Amino acid sequence: MKTGSPVLISRADPFPKSLWPRVATVALVVYVIYACAQMEISWERVQTGLANAAHFFARLFPPNFARHELLVRGLLESLQIAVLASTLGILLALPIGLAGARNLMPPWASWPARALIVLARSLHPVIVAILFVKAVGFGALAGVLALTVASVGFIGKLFTEAIEEISSKQVEAVRATGAPFPSVLAFGVMPQVFSRFIGFATYQLDSNLRNSTMVGIVGAGGIGGTLFAAFQRFDYDFVCAILIAIISLIMLGEVLAAGVRAIFIDNATLPELFRRRGLPRRDRLVEDE
Amino acid sequence: MVSITAAETTSRRVWRRFTGAQRTARFMVYLIIVAAIVAAAQTIEIIPEFLADAPEQIGDLLARMWPIDWRAYPTDVHSALSETIHIASLGTLLALMLALPVGLLAAHNLVPFTPLNLLARLILVSSRSVNSLVWALLFVGIFGPGALAGTLAIAFRSIGFVGKLFGEALEEAQPGPIEALAATGAPWRSVLTFGYWPQVKPAFWSIALFRFDINVRESAVLGLVGAGGIGMALDAALNLFQWERVALILVAILVVVIITEIVVTQIRKRML
Amino acid sequence: MPNSLVIRGLTKEYVPGKPVLSDIDLAFGETCINAIIGPSGTGKSTLIRCINRLVEPTSGEILFDGADLARLVGTPLRQARRHIGMVFQEYNLVERLTVMENLLCGRLGYVSAWKAWRRKFPTEDIERAFQLLDVVGLAGFAQRRADALSGGQRQRVGIARAVMQEPKLLLADEPTSSLDPKTSVEIMQLLADVARSRDIPVLINMHDVDLATRFADRIVGMSGGRVVFDGAPAGLSDAMLKQIYGGEDWLQ
Repeated sequence: MKTGSPVLISRADPFPKSLWPRVATVALVVYVIYACAQMEISWERVQTGLANAAHFFARLFPPNFARHELLVRGLLESLQIAVLASTLGILLALPIGLAGARNLMPPWASWPARALIVLARSLHPVIVAILFVKAVGFGALAGVLALTVASVGFIGKLFTEAIEEISSKQVEAVRATGAPFPSVLAFGVMPQVFSRFIGFATYQLDSNLRNSTMVGIVGAGGIGGTLFAAFQRFDYDFVCAILIAIISLIMLGEVLAAGVRAIFIDNATLPELFRRRGLPRRDRLVEDE
Repeated sequence: MVSITAAETTSRRVWRRFTGAQRTARFMVYLIIVAAIVAAAQTIEIIPEFLADAPEQIGDLLARMWPIDWRAYPTDVHSALSETIHIASLGTLLALMLALPVGLLAAHNLVPFTPLNLLARLILVSSRSVNSLVWALLFVGIFGPGALAGTLAIAFRSIGFVGKLFGEALEEAQPGPIEALAATGAPWRSVLTFGYWPQVKPAFWSIALFRFDINVRESAVLGLVGAGGIGMALDAALNLFQWERVALILVAILVVVIITEIVVTQIRKRML
Repeated sequence: MPNSLVIRGLTKEYVPGKPVLSDIDLAFGETCINAIIGPSGTGKSTLIRCINRLVEPTSGEILFDGADLARLVGTPLRQARRHIGMVFQEYNLVERLTVMENLLCGRLGYVSAWKAWRRKFPTEDIERAFQLLDVVGLAGFAQRRADALSGGQRQRVGIARAVMQEPKLLLADEPTSSLDPKTSVEIMQLLADVARSRDIPVLINMHDVDLATRFADRIVGMSGGRVVFDGAPAGLSDAMLKQIYGGEDWLQ
């Protein structure tokens, strides 16, 4: 046996317990108590709330679709915001993401591009939406601009990372044939990042769709404004209808995104798309919205 | 010896990258995308004057934010900022506690009972489909405005995320060691702690850290609907047109978000 | 042979003061198959890569086709590269592209980038690619993805890609080092056939001395970043090999 080993293995207890999980648990409990006290969270408040909850849920049902015109108009505007923001965001993110890749680009191009991406990513889309509402007024334009910024940040970051991870040997071989830079991109770089790019792009469309239903809370267009107004007027049955509509829209978006991925990544044809049972599991991706 | 010139024949062979059906499928997607963009661009209500005016307005906004009102930090911003961090961490903790059982139930190899799997999946899907702002609205409706609603909103939004990824990690666990343990007649709790847990532990902590990082960003906006934290301070400053204070709050959020990201990345690097 | 390559005083230092290649003078053009042998780390690969400027030479001249390759930048460099085919040790095929697309990479220097993005290549190029696939024994593989091929098949695609360029010079950087002995011989045979039938010089850098003496018309032995032997395979004595590789136990 090695001498000077810090843990003495005794025959009675072959699994010596280290001290630090216990210390960590105690520290955690202390923190939770402290944080709850700071935020004035107490058991009584939870109990009062729970008593309210039954009443609250009773008022949610049955959902009230009477104002479906308002609902459809809001949903359509959310959809428009999502489509335009995704388009603009992807178009802008492609060159910016490429410029940020340090293996292909000189530092004078990559550093500004990376700084731009960090800036675009650091604020929540809803906060960015507030700023755009103040700048360009209430309405869908502010929503489109806010979600464009978010898309540039997200796709730009992942695209840069994907390009930095490619095999340089394949690029070198294409370059050695005397191909001009755009053709090196087409044959040496794109094939290596294309399927991941489709993954990011469909994911971003999904994420923009979710957020486009929210930016309305701060006045940036879409169904969110209707939702927030219904909440403030305590029209809970209409709230319920709006929520059902939003969730259906988001799920539809997920199905469509899965179809696009099947066609572009797995080269599926349309009949195959309907025949296959269970679409392929999406790339394990960051889910932050 | 093979001669290349000798191989020249007159037959013309065509080469296409995709088959006809594959090209049709791609074409359909392009068509739908273009149609959607055109339709959205034509019908969306954007006032051209607003668009033209945007750069000037943004410049004006930035000018009004300067100089940043640093003196307001200790009095108005600090407590709201720490509340935001508490919301994020308590919300993540609560989500981990709630997501563990749901994630276990969703894993088919652990609970080979389909109705339970489906029920667990339903919980996970609904948690993920509802935005944290909507969860916050619901909890503000139930518990009234404040940090409690924010914490619960963060927790309920995170259950789906943590549970789904944790369930997938469980399903990818190697069956070998688990079968070996089960074969010794170990009770299922021992199979869980000695068979599954060591295999999914890194994934679990990694998911938890990842979600915490996201939750810090999300908890900063919950205040806009009254669910506590720095968002409430932001809302107040916006309504009073205190732009120098708005700038301070934005910088504070930015700093916290970036620090969290750095810390989380470092911990993940050490751990994995 | 019309295409001659003249290297004068070529030096490469990755770290200043520590040359990997020092003052190399070589001329190619008289002979078709030229093997460069030497121990690992002696600069064989650097020499080959300096010629098509995948590695930047520190000083010296590389005269080919009326230009000094060591001085070229931008478009003239690109145009010079079009005439120099290269075969790599690890094949360096674009894994996610089909065999046909990999072959067409050899034509990228000749078609516009816009056409390349849309995969609109001249019919002659496509026809030639099909013929080359027949020549290298891969008829029917055009639509196969490169990552679905075996090592030997990949190297055949690599050679076909280089030949697609209509090169005036072929470079091969350890083309057989990742292959089994039988496939190595087949690949060397293919390279030799391709070079002889088109009457272009090929520079092959390799460690397998037997394979080199079997196929090459001329052998360049390098050691410590310098040329220590240059001549016909018949002149390569054991004493010479000892000088190139050092030690002698491995010779028995």
